[in-house]
Amino acid sequence: MDLFIINFLDGLIYGLLLFMLSSGLTLIFSMMGVLNLAHSAFFMLGAYFAYQISLYLGFWVGLLVAPPIVTVLGALVERYGLRQVHQYGHVPELIFTFGLYFVIEELVQYIWGKNFVEYRAPESLDFVAFTLAGGSIQAYKVFMLLCSVAIFLGLYYVLARTRVGMIIQASLSYPKTVESLGHNVPLVFMGVFGVGTGLAGIAGVIAGPTLQTYPGMAFALGSIVFVCVVVGGLGSLFGAFVASLIIGWMKTFAAAYNVGAAEILIYFGFEYPDNVYYHPWRDLWTLTLPQIGPLLPYLLLVLILIFRPYGLFGRRDA
Amino acid sequence: MVSYTSRYSNNILKSLLPWIISTLILIILPFIFTGGGSVTIMNQIGITIVMAMSYNMLLGQGGMLSFGHAVYMGLGGFIAVHIMNFVEDGLWLPLPLLPLVGGLVGLGMATIVGSFSTRKAGVVFAMISLGIGELLAASCIVITAFFGGEEGVSGDRTWAPPTFGIEFITQIEVYYLIAFWVLISIFLMYLFTQTPVGKMANAVRDNPERAEFVGYSMRWVRYVSFCGAGFFAGIAGALFAINFEILTEENLSMGMSFNILLATYIGGIGFFIGPVIGAVGFTLLQTVLGLQTDLWALYTGVIFILTVMYAPSGFTGIVTMHYVPWQLGKIHLLFKPYAKILVPALIFVAGLTSLIELTNHVRHHSQETSITLYWITFESNTIIPWIVLLAMTLGGFYVCRVFAKEVVDAWGEANYVEKG
Repeated sequence: MDLFIINFLDGLIYGLLLFMLSSGLTLIFSMMGVLNLAHSAFFMLGAYFAYQISLYLGFWVGLLVAPPIVTVLGALVERYGLRQVHQYGHVPELIFTFGLYFVIEELVQYIWGKNFVEYRAPESLDFVAFTLAGGSIQAYKVFMLLCSVAIFLGLYYVLARTRVGMIIQASLSYPKTVESLGHNVPLVFMGVFGVGTGLAGIAGVIAGPTLQTYPGMAFALGSIVFVCVVVGGLGSLFGAFVASLIIGWMKTFAAAYNVGAAEILIYFGFEYPDNVYYHPWRDLWTLTLPQIGPLLPYLLLVLILIFRPYGLFGRRDA
Repeated sequence: MVSYTSRYSNNILKSLLPWIISTLILIILPFIFTGGGSVTIMNQIGITIVMAMSYNMLLGQGGMLSFGHAVYMGLGGFIAVHIMNFVEDGLWLPLPLLPLVGGLVGLGMATIVGSFSTRKAGVVFAMISLGIGELLAASCIVITAFFGGEEGVSGDRTWAPPTFGIEFITQIEVYYLIAFWVLISIFLMYLFTQTPVGKMANAVRDNPERAEFVGYSMRWVRYVSFCGAGFFAGIAGALFAINFEILTEENLSMGMSFNILLATYIGGIGFFIGPVIGAVGFTLLQTVLGLQTDLWALYTGVIFILTVMYAPSGFTGIVTMHYVPWQLGKIHLLFKPYAKILVPALIFVAGLTSLIELTNHVRHHSQETSITLYWITFESNTIIPWIVLLAMTLGGFYVCRVFAKEVVDAWGEANYVEKG
């Protein structure tokens, strides 16, 4: 039971982290119809910027300064890149964001090198917050959890309760009408793109120390974030939230419980082969849950897209 | 007065002419490029051509953006390597027929995946292809019996029974085998574009709703294109297996799929021969530029982004844009502005890339101070090269901006049709 609680918490933290990425992605998608493939690259930029700042001014300044830099970068990309490509249609927009991902990844390697960088959690949070029968939860993880929840609540408040949020929601469905009411819709687009990428930046800043900061971190998380967004339903914030949590728990629980295929096969009356390493079905016999854990999100993605192409909570067909 | 039959045979000759010329070019190429690694590079180019052309059946002709096209190539390749190993145990299959088997594997996989992924184009299709790609890439490490785990599966092409006395020991023999399949594949893909379903693929790409109203099932049209693309990707995979004799998880990885997208798009997705040019250019960037600098991927990425932003019809599109001025007999108006902008543009590119390389050198190879860029060797720890390069970059950029106006004006003039 204790193991369960520890994994539950770990999965929750990971899921909320995914939600920070997927919320920005889904906001951008529902607004502009663009699935920003470079989203995880901005996540990585957040981590690297924070690392660079933390070298001189410490972690907390990095946490405050890096996300705004990523936001401005994102807004500039929208203004001078995406808007230019918009005239050619949706597929070129998708290809543009993909190219951007590629270039940012190469640039990060060019600037910071190919190895891991020493981006660490602040010492003030480097203690064990509480222990649960053998497993311990670091204070930094609690801090991550609180950050994620705060951002989730803040985002919800802005979108649902403020005037800016109302304009954003209105421009989602009726951009022409909003424009004729005198609002600058392109500016709203630029802002949403910037804030969306900024959210990815924050996620990078606080996830960098635990997930490690290296040039492959965008790739490692990138596809998973698309899974969250698509499974939750493109354009649905709540769907992204649910899907992020599901995938977070899926990942941690699959990694924690070492269930082997052999046990299941023996249960169904198959005989364990004598020399398993030369058996033609050796991969099936030696298969374990942690091994197929990384596969599960993609399996979920493909199944969802086959049976419910608009995702769990999506309202419209993408 | 030309009789009907002779005019008809004339047309056939005219339509066959490009194929005859390209066959001849493929035959004589190894006699022109005789340098050490050139056959190896040409083999790689050939494989990339088949792959990029197959990818363009989806993206260019069908409007389907795929992020997992390496799956079909990889599976075809893996099966081909396994067959190469089975051949030793008495399975009789001459090596030149192996690509056909690879193609059938790709086709088989595409029939399965396509049955659900082609329902929608756009984002849903792209995401399914990404999911399938990641799924296969991840299972590579799990299913070691088939994919060979991290070290992959290797084979030996010379074990196959000799075909007309050829055992495919040397690279040049493999070159002609690849060239043969490249020609066959391109020809078949060309024929596909001429079939009704090939034409409808374009219609479905441009206006699916209208195609549906005319009475065609857009799903079925996409499905057929998708299966065809899978078939040719499988051929490319088997060619890869024959050429390199090893397949690893990298062949199924997302990186492979991304490279094909880059190559195809830079070449130009709107044209039948665009991917050929893209494949040649990309492989040269990868091999020749890759030998010169670690940063080739960065440069390729920048070229790709610039293509997406400013030349969405790719390199082929830029060339074909000049057809109108040429028809109007005004192409000569463009020569002077082009020549004028070329010099500062080259200076700008040389300056910028040198600055990037110099920074990279100082950061990652700090113990060595001498560096060779563009055939010039100098010391990287002095200030003068930095100033010169910075001046070249900024100066070149500024002059380019000034001359760009002339190019734009000349372009407008060259495309202007006099009324009358």
